[in-house]
Amino acid sequence: MQETNTVKILRFHPEKCIGCLSCEKACSKVHFKTEEGGENSAIHIIKKNETFEMNVCDQRGLCLDMCPVGALARNKKGIVILDVKRCIGCQACVAFCPINAMRKSSKRIEPFKCISCGACVRACPEGALELVETPIKDIRKVVYHKQGA
Amino acid sequence: MVEGQIPIQEYQTGNTKHTWNIEKLLSAHKKLSEHSYTKGIVEKGYANRTLYVNLTTGEIKEKNVSEDMKHLFTGGRGFGLKLLWDSIKPTTRWNSEENELIITTGPLCGITQYPGSGKSLCLTVSPSTNIICDSNVGGFFGPYLKFAGFDALEIQGKAKKDVVIVIDGETGTVSIESAPLEETNSHLLSEQLTHIYASEDSDVSRQKVSIVSAGTGAEHSYWGCMNFSFYDIRRKVPRLKQAGRGGLGTVLRDKHVKAIVVKVETIDGVSNHPVDPDTLAMVGTKIHREIRDLDRFQCNMRSVGTAHLAEIMDAYDLLPTENYRFGSFPKAPRIYSPEFYKLFTKIIPDGCWHGCTMACAKTVDGYTVMTGPYKGQKVTVDGPEYETVGCGSNMSLWDPLWILEFNFYCDTYGIDTISAGTAIAYYMEMYEYGILNKERCDGLELCFGNGEAVLELLHRIAKGDTGEFIQTAAKGIRRVKDWLKKKNWGEPYLIEECGMESKGLEYSEYVTKESLAMQGGYGLTLKGPQHDEAWLIFMDMVNNQIPTFQDKAEALHYFPMWRTWFGLNGLCKLPWNDIEPENNAETDEPAKVPEHVQNYVDLFTAVTGVKVDKNELINQSERCYNWQRATNVWLGRGTRKDDWIPYRSMGPVTPLEYGSRMQRYDDQLVEKLGLKKEEVEKMSIEERIKELYRYRQDQYQKLADAVYYRRGWTPNGIPTPQKMKSLGFTDKKMLSMLQKKIDEDEKNGLNKWCGTYRGKEKPPSDIPRYWEKW
Ligand code: SF4
Ligand code: SF4
Repeated sequence: MQETNTVKILRFHPEKCIGCLSCEKACSKVHFKTEEGGENSAIHIIKKNETFEMNVCDQRGLCLDMCPVGALARNKKGIVILDVKRCIGCQACVAFCPINAMRKSSKRIEPFKCISCGACVRACPEGALELVETPIKDIRKVVYHKQGA
Repeated sequence: MVEGQIPIQEYQTGNTKHTWNIEKLLSAHKKLSEHSYTKGIVEKGYANRTLYVNLTTGEIKEKNVSEDMKHLFTGGRGFGLKLLWDSIKPTTRWNSEENELIITTGPLCGITQYPGSGKSLCLTVSPSTNIICDSNVGGFFGPYLKFAGFDALEIQGKAKKDVVIVIDGETGTVSIESAPLEETNSHLLSEQLTHIYASEDSDVSRQKVSIVSAGTGAEHSYWGCMNFSFYDIRRKVPRLKQAGRGGLGTVLRDKHVKAIVVKVETIDGVSNHPVDPDTLAMVGTKIHREIRDLDRFQCNMRSVGTAHLAEIMDAYDLLPTENYRFGSFPKAPRIYSPEFYKLFTKIIPDGCWHGCTMACAKTVDGYTVMTGPYKGQKVTVDGPEYETVGCGSNMSLWDPLWILEFNFYCDTYGIDTISAGTAIAYYMEMYEYGILNKERCDGLELCFGNGEAVLELLHRIAKGDTGEFIQTAAKGIRRVKDWLKKKNWGEPYLIEECGMESKGLEYSEYVTKESLAMQGGYGLTLKGPQHDEAWLIFMDMVNNQIPTFQDKAEALHYFPMWRTWFGLNGLCKLPWNDIEPENNAETDEPAKVPEHVQNYVDLFTAVTGVKVDKNELINQSERCYNWQRATNVWLGRGTRKDDWIPYRSMGPVTPLEYGSRMQRYDDQLVEKLGLKKEEVEKMSIEERIKELYRYRQDQYQKLADAVYYRRGWTPNGIPTPQKMKSLGFTDKKMLSMLQKKIDEDEKNGLNKWCGTYRGKEKPPSDIPRYWEKW
């Protein structure tokens, strides 16, 4: 499916962030039609001492090789998409994601993730988020498969 | 292929491609019988009905699952035992009209969040043992059977000609169809049927079909296994997992079933309708992460599957070599797991059911077949698992490619690798002693290490060769022992004690000579010598955690019960202790993996809504375990005499074996038997073997005494009516049958302990008929 060598991923500018979580609210709206944010949002903004950190999928695609039913694939734009209809809710992708960016909400058994749609970018009043075009080869990660440590 | 992130549709295995004329195959089918049913939903893990198919009469009907049945038998193997008890007779044998072949699921079967949750449990009266054999197998069939509407499938009677049974969960119909044109061997047949019955020509549709089959080898041997398919959307072939032990495939073919097909309309993460899906996701994610972080430091299941055991067994003198004569061998490193790792295809979610991140179901893709009817073709070989590698060392095959060849043909012919490998290893030893030779083996040079002869034997069995040896050999070690003795070709002691079978079933691949508890783990079993009831070698021999008979008996109570539980629920045992939490060693009872036991408690409640604790899980098993033993008694076996094991599993049968571990045995004669060092030195090897033999046989009898007592049985190994009642059983037929047997034993003087107790040693109880006081 993938026809491009680059993919849009989120970049965060913590110095601009005020911690209002507008991005999370916008994200949960996209995924679950709710403004609850939190566990229903694919992007998480976490307060760390005096500053903020972002946790979100960077489209590395390690989960692609975990899915037993082929519910995960890169679309034409290189974005890793979870096909809810095909997913059987095994949580393998959730558990194996090394940055915990594949999410599980209690609203349904199938996980969800960042689709680089930009809703959060648009929602941020401070311009702390942007989508940047990144070469897939720079972010691509493959699940550990060697024998031994 | 170590690249990763290859789009699924572009994935290539390099296998030989087949094109089938589906229309032609299908147009030759004739519907012999059909039954429509209302599609229901699975509730809290149960479909609440079972499916009965009679091939003689064509009758197809649904049976209700009562609350009582769920309470007493839980599900899975428990349901199978109950259904068998209601359908067969004490005289039923494997090929009797009324014998049934049963495939069951279990309430947790088909959940996708926890690894190892897609097992089917199969039962029948076995050709090898004439008692019930149960076998636990992966693949999609079990979960799909339940989601198509049934907790179990019961097949009775025999068809006149080859048929397929089709359970179509999309339309809600069950049919029996003649199927004259399809292949019989499983790797081709499952592919044909998957294509025939998939609703659309797509991988998604093909993944919703699962096939059970057995090949031509199952037709002509007692080693028939059933192959359960699971379609792989990347490799684009239906892969195969085996219900291996006890000849289930032989019974399938005897009933003229070519295959059973099941198809589902949809599946999702909550097809079981569990009461608490959040808990499933939470507990599942926790163990998936354990596997992610720790497997590479523990068992490496994700990279090499169970094959990682080869090097461990070799290191501890437990890898059966040349028919279990030795436990390690200088050539063994050639078949250690890194050799197979080189061949396995990597970076694929290799679970035999969705969501199993333990992913031990490894394959070699694009393997070029070296012999037989498929010579030159490129195929996917599922495996080898440790057991099959162990068969290799047992037959002295030290080349991974010959092990793959053996693995491939056993699977597609529907032959259990374990039974075949263990038996052929025995034939090879008899060949070495001249008890068998080329002429007596119908022209086969069955010496250790001759891979070509091994494969030739398989091909000739599969073709239905009528040679006297081939025919007898294909029935397994027990029949060959009787045949060799009748022919008077060798010393009965050698013939009897070298052949690794008990109850008529071949041993699986572990050397047990130095672990008494494990001898019990093989001998004091329900179906025969398979390590699925208990694996106590490390606890017993390496860590010395269960030194007394009482300790061993406790372990031979707890672990068989615990492991039975997986089979009642449609689960795989591997994610219980082939991955362990990081702090497991610091817990009270590391061997039980307490945190994982708690996971199962939580899972059971999250699916069924029934509140349980860890003791209740054991109770569930104890009910079924005792029921199965009682059924064995009913079928005329299930006594102390039937728990006999060959001396090869207890100690050195021959001077060669004794000599290979001389120091060890000499020391034991001093330390354990109390002989003086000088005395031992004066004895001939034969005399030393005899002394050790007497001692170890007595140890085994003492172990049996302790275990029977712990399990609530008589000294002859009969479950007592008192025990059955305390487990909640009121079935009059069962209780009076047991009482009658115990009374008979009393008359024949069999209600007595069989160990020799001297000095301070005591039998488990000195009260006669102690069970009556319970
Ligand atoms: S949860 Fe869904 S998307 Fe994730 S691996 Fe499992 S089936 Fe695939
Ligand atoms: S651990 Fe292996 S055998 Fe067990 S369910 Fe997973 S893949 Fe299948």
